[in-house]
Amino acid sequence: MDAITFAVQLLNGVQYGLVLFLVASGLTLVFGILGVINLAHGAFYMLGAYFAYWISRYTGNFGLALVGGVAMAFAIGLALEQIFVKRLYGRDHLAQVLLSFGLILVIDEVRQILFGKDVHSVAAPTWLQGSIRLTDVLSYPVYRLALCAICLVLAAAIFYVIQRTKLGMVIRAGAENRDMTRALGIPFDVVNKYVFAGGIALAALGGILVSPISTVFPGMGDGMLIISFVVVVLGGIGSVAGAAIGALMIGLTDTFGKVFFPQISSILIYVLMAGVLLWRPNGLLGRKES
Amino acid sequence: MSEILLKATALGKQYGGLRAVSGVSIDVHRDEVHAVIGPNGAGKSTLINLLSGDVCVTCGAVMMGENDITALAPNRRAMAGVGRSYQKTTIFQNATVFENVRLAAQAHGGRPLRLFGAASRDGNVNARAEAAIEAAGLTHCFDTVARFMSHGEQRQLEIAMVLATEPRVILLDEPLAGMGHAEAQRMIALIRGLKDGRAVLLVEHDMDAVFALADRLTVMADGQTIASGSPEYVRSHPAVRAAYLGHDHAAAEGEAA
Amino acid sequence: MAHVSKLWRRGAFALVIAMAIALPIFAPTYYVQFAAKAMLMGMLALSLNLVVGYGGLVSLCHAAFFGLAGYVLGLMTPESAGASMWLSLPAAVLVAGAAAAVIGALSLRTRGIYFIMVTLAFGEMLFYLFHDTKIGGGSDGLYIYVKPQLAIGGATLLDLENNHAFYYLALALLAGATLLVRELVRSPFGRALCAARDNERRALSLGFPVFRVRLTAFVISGMIAGLAGYLSAAQFGFVAPQMLGWHLSATVLVMVVLGGVGTVLGPIVGAFALIGLEEALKASFEHWKLIKGLIIVALVFLAPGGIQQLAALSRAAPVERKGPPAAPQSTEALSNV
Repeated sequence: MDAITFAVQLLNGVQYGLVLFLVASGLTLVFGILGVINLAHGAFYMLGAYFAYWISRYTGNFGLALVGGVAMAFAIGLALEQIFVKRLYGRDHLAQVLLSFGLILVIDEVRQILFGKDVHSVAAPTWLQGSIRLTDVLSYPVYRLALCAICLVLAAAIFYVIQRTKLGMVIRAGAENRDMTRALGIPFDVVNKYVFAGGIALAALGGILVSPISTVFPGMGDGMLIISFVVVVLGGIGSVAGAAIGALMIGLTDTFGKVFFPQISSILIYVLMAGVLLWRPNGLLGRKES
Repeated sequence: MSEILLKATALGKQYGGLRAVSGVSIDVHRDEVHAVIGPNGAGKSTLINLLSGDVCVTCGAVMMGENDITALAPNRRAMAGVGRSYQKTTIFQNATVFENVRLAAQAHGGRPLRLFGAASRDGNVNARAEAAIEAAGLTHCFDTVARFMSHGEQRQLEIAMVLATEPRVILLDEPLAGMGHAEAQRMIALIRGLKDGRAVLLVEHDMDAVFALADRLTVMADGQTIASGSPEYVRSHPAVRAAYLGHDHAAAEGEAA
Repeated sequence: MAHVSKLWRRGAFALVIAMAIALPIFAPTYYVQFAAKAMLMGMLALSLNLVVGYGGLVSLCHAAFFGLAGYVLGLMTPESAGASMWLSLPAAVLVAGAAAAVIGALSLRTRGIYFIMVTLAFGEMLFYLFHDTKIGGGSDGLYIYVKPQLAIGGATLLDLENNHAFYYLALALLAGATLLVRELVRSPFGRALCAARDNERRALSLGFPVFRVRLTAFVISGMIAGLAGYLSAAQFGFVAPQMLGWHLSATVLVMVVLGGVGTVLGPIVGAFALIGLEEALKASFEHWKLIKGLIIVALVFLAPGGIQQLAALSRAAPVERKGPPAAPQSTEALSNV
């Protein structure tokens, strides 16, 4: 492998990792702060991509699709939290697993009714179409570079919110010790509501952002759900920094695994997870349970 | 002097930058109650958790007779003869008194994890459970579901469970907490009976109970031992009076009155 | 009262058994096949309940053990003959058990949400193993053209191509698995498993090796799931990666909750109820999955105790708890060191 090919693969791996981080950070925050396991997270990733397809088909504007798709996902998140999820905060994980599995079936079927089950593609904004020529045979799509930039900006924003704002302080305290934060009299109803909706919006955002470079298809959420789980297990529940490390590890392992070990590439990330579990059962940056 | 059953040497536990326990050595003798007292945050509960294996030590060693049990998990220490109660009542709330104690006896029976044959039909385990219930004075509520019992009875149940594991060393973490006067008197009598043939380590805030029961006392503050010896020695120890006893003892007497 | 209701229950149970035995005599082939399929799902739900209901461990990888055993049969079946059941059945169950031992040993190092995620991820690993590689025909799966042979010295004991014979084999093995689980949960091992579920810390301090107990339960459960998967593969003559997928694991979890968590027979009832419901919905609605999803959501909120709770409600008998209310836990505030 020459240096240019290596650089392209590296870029691909980082870009995949960044998208994974967006989706998984939403998941890890919902786990860490609400103590809720949401199997429907991947379904919102899928739904985001379909929203993007739908809005851009009618308006031809990807920017509108981005904003509209995120807003719709956020609104659905708020509604779901109010109607269902908040009733499950005290209940066992089994109930949460069943609820989110039921929601997956509902979301899948509603998607089927609204958008059908065809595979679609979404056009990137015209000014981001085209590629940069690297060598005679290699070129790199501009949109992928833009995607990296957008994800980096979003990641910086997420870290800023968590490290520097009052909401972030509450979120960190909540991930650290849920009972204690509750005892401090923080308005948890409000925080929970927005964290859940925000988590879902992040999943949808991931789906929207990848829609121009991947196809939009019904099963896309399932794969993303599992990989996000692996990211969270690697990084530690509730840790956004852990999610970032886990996502990059997975992105690079997957990308280079496909290059070097194409036969077993899909197994590699699970081997990585098994290794981390043996070494640190609570994830790389996870807090130890008492 | 009677045989030392449990010996801890220079135990330490560090949480990040916080030293919860540092350099604590303690001997627990057979036929004696060794009480550990100290103000809140002194590290008494951490000490019990280090001895029972619920928390891993940062440094130091725990010996059970000739055996080093420092690295053993809590279940292995229980099998080696360490029984404990928790500060917050830790029983199987939805099971009956008998089933709670039977489980404890089962863990120390001949084949505790037998896959076949009903658990409730093991005569040996049942007999040992019944004996422990009787020893803890709970014969009258044999079939009561644990969560329906009074707080005092739940703590007695915890003692019965510990007894059924046939321990040589018993660690009690504030067994009198939250009890009324009559309940406390019953528990004190029960604890006094426990030391027969066994070594008992008692962490307790109720000073009347401590001085009624203790054969030996260790005073802790800020994770360290400040005095250790006979009750008379500790009572007159100037550092102890200054740091802790004078104020709290008076308060305890005030409460009892 | 209690005595009468016990008699009633025993009578009803005997009636169900008698009907199950008599079914092939009067029912059309379709129903016999359907009942066999539901019994195998019931066996899978039974196995899952051993870890979920009695162990308190929400596993989302049981479909992987189920499918893995199916693939073992598929791979051991020659092109134009049946595999020997004497060899392939133990092999399938052992492979499922070995997978459960490895996955269990890793995932039981974790608790709660972690355990759910890790089992889900490892289950999907096996899914992708068969989906992305050529081991078992990739995403197309494998056909099992000839059912396994149960023979001694060339004489066929049971011809599984015969629907009735297959039905009775499934019924007998389900009965065996049910008795095994019933025996396990009543044994000292089962009590230790429940103790670890109710209070892990206390179970440890009493001296129970919690990890070993849970791993044993996980492996036994994985082996029963494997038995169900082997028989399912034999019944349909086909294995595909979807058999290992987590959607099946979650569906079986719904069966367990529907029938009643922590009861031996509940999951089997739940399996029949859910599969029957699915058939009815499929026949009547195009978007039946939407309704299935809504029913699952409703189950979580309206009847977390499953069918048994619904039955108890319909009897309208007030279920009062005996004894005084639990003692107030006022000690926590007082006794914090």
